[in-house]
Amino acid sequence: MVTEKDVQHIAELADVGISPGELGTFTHQFNAILEYFDILDRVEGTGQAERDLYNVLREDEIEPSLPQDDVLKNAPFKEDGFIKAPRVM
Amino acid sequence: MAGEIAFSPSDTYNAFLTTCNKAPYGTGKLAGVAVAVKDNISTKDIETTCASKILKGYIPPYDAHVVGLLKSAGAAIAGKTNMDEFGMGTTTENSAFGPTLNPCDTSRVPGGSSGGSAAAVAAGFVRMALGSDTGGSIRCPAAFCGIVGLKPSYGRVSRYGLIAYSNSLEQIGPLGKTVTDVSTLMGVIAGHDRHDSTSQDKPYNHTPKADIKGLKIGIPQEYFGKGVDPQVAAVVKKAIGRLEELGATTVPCSIPSMEYALAAYYVTCTCEASSNLARFDGVRYGPATDTKKSWHDAFQEVRGASFGTEVRRRIMLGTFALSSGYYGRYYAKAQVARENVRADFNRIFKDVDVIAGPTMPTIAFRLKEKSDPLSMYLADILTVPANLAGIPAISVPCGKSEGMPVGLQIMGRMFADERVVDVAYAYEQAVS
Repeated sequence: MVTEKDVQHIAELADVGISPGELGTFTHQFNAILEYFDILDRVEGTGQAERDLYNVLREDEIEPSLPQDDVLKNAPFKEDGFIKAPRVM
Repeated sequence: MAGEIAFSPSDTYNAFLTTCNKAPYGTGKLAGVAVAVKDNISTKDIETTCASKILKGYIPPYDAHVVGLLKSAGAAIAGKTNMDEFGMGTTTENSAFGPTLNPCDTSRVPGGSSGGSAAAVAAGFVRMALGSDTGGSIRCPAAFCGIVGLKPSYGRVSRYGLIAYSNSLEQIGPLGKTVTDVSTLMGVIAGHDRHDSTSQDKPYNHTPKADIKGLKIGIPQEYFGKGVDPQVAAVVKKAIGRLEELGATTVPCSIPSMEYALAAYYVTCTCEASSNLARFDGVRYGPATDTKKSWHDAFQEVRGASFGTEVRRRIMLGTFALSSGYYGRYYAKAQVARENVRADFNRIFKDVDVIAGPTMPTIAFRLKEKSDPLSMYLADILTVPANLAGIPAISVPCGKSEGMPVGLQIMGRMFADERVVDVAYAYEQAVS
């Protein structure tokens, strides 16, 4: 069981704003979904299936990237060629 | 450029978020063919929103690999199609820009999340479209709208430029009115791309063949059991009977890991979503305001106002399932369950060539019918196993129930996309 306080905490960790009016509904739905997820407690096995897959690696070579103007094009706030973000402190 | 097509459909179904009224095209296999592209696939200079307010106004500075391939083949990008926000849904009702209606019955949903792509094809606005399939998002709307949709084997189609929701599960794939169109589009988009580290060097050069004599088809009992509408099951069984008449044999089989598949799927996709969607802060693109608020307060404000309810729900579920003390119970267990699904398919495919069953357990829901999230998730039970295992799966129309289309789903061995296409083609040719 998760409580409204738990859901509020998760919302803060995930940086998704939820309004006080939504908290009750989210908590109720979370509990129904997590109760369904409880079935995973009964899963058995080692998690190793036969597979014909392998890692593909390549040299990390520098290639041309998008021009700065293109990269900044979608940013709503810019200053001196930088993207302006909210203050950290 | 070889020319331009004028494209301005009377879009009463809200299938498109953006239409390209003058769509340029080139020369090649798809010269002059109008192709619709799901709005989570990046298109240079054409707005790409994932049907989310957080990306409203976002103009990608580059093309997704598949869009580049479409252009090289001469196709005209006709527009960007509506979807559940970031692909999170089974009805297209989770779009921030209003639901898409099912062209077969406008009181019903087209399925999702690639509902706009399916509706655009079903309505005849375009011959073919691209969608993406994380847990059934191509096959479900194909089934609900009475068209063909293929989820390719994981790795056959590049995901470069697909705005990520759950990268270990999703694939871009084709939708069309006929198996031939789907196969043609698959031939254009498949192949290796060095920008996608999971991309395989397995191009698709195939012309569908209708000969299925001697084919062995596995019929999993779970696909005809609890939760599957008996009328839908009956339509699909009749279609499988038709495949037997064409020379295939059927073998009963069982996928015991199905019991855990849906939970494993939702744990995996919400965990991956919580990570993938962390990038949407409105700062580099999107609706940020010039604020004096601190980092977290500003992000919570913009994400709270710009993400829909289902998106925030999945981000929070994933954040919870990955949090300290719960990781082992949810994420780690889900990965074991996922391997068990893969192992079940490996075992069954030692004996059979393909597996057949319904694509969806019911016909298309009525608008607003599925208001509870868990009951909506349960509708994905027959499509998520293929994503968990990475195997190819196609949905082909196989009749009607209550006047609405029903989809026959054919799943195949890893990288045997050609085989599932052939079986769907054999069925389509036999009934048309």
